Amino acid sequence: MGLRISAKHEALIRDHAARDYPNECCGVLLGQANGADKDVREVVALKNLRTEADRAQELLPLEEPGRESERNRFLVDPKDQIRVEKDARARGLDILGYYHSHPDHPARPSNYDREHAWPWYSYVILSVIGGEPRDLTCWVLTDDRSEFRPEQLDVPKP
Amino acid sequence: MSVKVIIPTPLRQYAGKKDSIDLEAKTVAEALAELTTQHGDLRRHLFTDDGKLRSFVNVYLNDEDIRYLQKEQTPLRDNDILSIVPSIAGGLALRCICS
Repeated sequence: MGLRISAKHEALIRDHAARDYPNECCGVLLGQANGADKDVREVVALKNLRTEADRAQELLPLEEPGRESERNRFLVDPKDQIRVEKDARARGLDILGYYHSHPDHPARPSNYDREHAWPWYSYVILSVIGGEPRDLTCWVLTDDRSEFRPEQLDVPKP
Repeated sequence: MSVKVIIPTPLRQYAGKKDSIDLEAKTVAEALAELTTQHGDLRRHLFTDDGKLRSFVNVYLNDEDIRYLQKEQTPLRDNDILSIVPSIAGGLALRCICS
């Protein structure tokens, strides 16, 4: 029971996080779910809309714009979500979850992550320390929204 | 007005596993109220404790974001499609990055 991604997909996530450092990166995990088992077939890097501050602020205002930015916040453009979902459905794939990075911070979900999370989705988090991708973890929000529980992350060896 | 509400994947488990629900409503607010009356477990994921639509819930009427229309007071017409599009956001715990 958990999320299965290939070594190739893990490498794509790590490369994306390293490229976007010191900003947070984000992307979507597409694949097929069978009950609680999710099998990732594609990883799609997305733009962190926090790099477009005015538009991001219209969609989801930051509470402390002086302290919050693309360095510690990510936001996916809803237009990208709609486009990705439509395209995925046409190819028989579902959105299984999303990944994002934590620059110079552990790969553990924050309270901010929890407040903005959705149930069922797998949330993959990658810590990037000094530009080097490190720990990769996976989490699912509990039904009562009170916390994330760790989700098993299965990366079969090539 | 007869409208269809598209339910995103993460919320289908609270909506009888349906990916869309047909209902009658005159405005977006009425549609969301009716939706959460029929499926009470959706409420905590769509609304805050004081009854406001959560800031990270995007609602599209056909292809338009309702925040650029009349928000939740946007009137509906027959065969309109309302899509609940979860805002995907997050970030690390705030600290001083300058150190």
